[in-house]
Amino acid sequence: MSLHATHRDAGQVTVVDLSGKITLGDGSALLRKTIRGLLADERKKILLNLADVDYIDSSGIGELVSGFTAVKNQTGDLKLLHLTKKVRDLLQITKLYTVFDVFTDEGAALRSFS
Amino acid sequence: MALTTKHLEMTLETQVESVNLAEEMCLRVAEAAGFGEDDCYRIGMSVREGVINAFHYGNEERPEKKIHLAVDLTADKMIIHVLDEGIGFKLSDVPDPLAEENLLSTSGRGIFLMRAFMDEFDVVPGKTGGAEIVMSKKLPATGSGSPNGRGGQNATPQQEA
Repeated sequence: MSLHATHRDAGQVTVVDLSGKITLGDGSALLRKTIRGLLADERKKILLNLADVDYIDSSGIGELVSGFTAVKNQTGDLKLLHLTKKVRDLLQITKLYTVFDVFTDEGAALRSFS
Repeated sequence: MALTTKHLEMTLETQVESVNLAEEMCLRVAEAAGFGEDDCYRIGMSVREGVINAFHYGNEERPEKKIHLAVDLTADKMIIHVLDEGIGFKLSDVPDPLAEENLLSTSGRGIFLMRAFMDEFDVVPGKTGGAEIVMSKKLPATGSGSPNGRGGQNATPQQEA
């Protein structure tokens, strides 16, 4: 299953609902395009909902980091919501769990941007 | 009668699709060998990362080069070889992705993941040049079942006549 991405506005925050795999090729490319598109539209507060993302490889991890850095460079914020166990484990062993703000509750995540 | 090693090999094109193909093939071997779901995930991810490494760093995405994948299923482990046609590299030259200065790097985590997910991991010079990744995972114990409740019954390769 390739990656699917839709986004919705919640006040100043854009929630990106992702489903599928963020892997080398189309998955990583779509994530990159989605985040860059939001930045181009001046949407700089981004919450990635990864509830339905069951697989990320090193390319996908790199794209998450790239997106995080791109948003930070524009004085925005990119945070993560609803990690699956596999994704959480990957972020923990790569020490990225301490880099990203990670939430299990969407309301709390949205409030954290204000 | 001594147990024999099952050997499987394939030559892959240097293209993104080869990553999925290699992962899928090795997953089938791992499942048939009796590995449980979690170990299959780790093996699949490691194969994926090995082939990405060959595709991107070894062969530098040059389509005229090939990626050579081999799987050996011995009595006690599954061994995977990924050979590229690049100039080779030393493991000691690979930056530590957990170092503070590398945490926000957008690449360089593939080797780390293979090391983390497999029981044994090494990179050796390939016989025809390039780098050869060699990694293995111990088979689940016969009859004991894997920790995640799936493997075990088919863990030992069948004897060949």
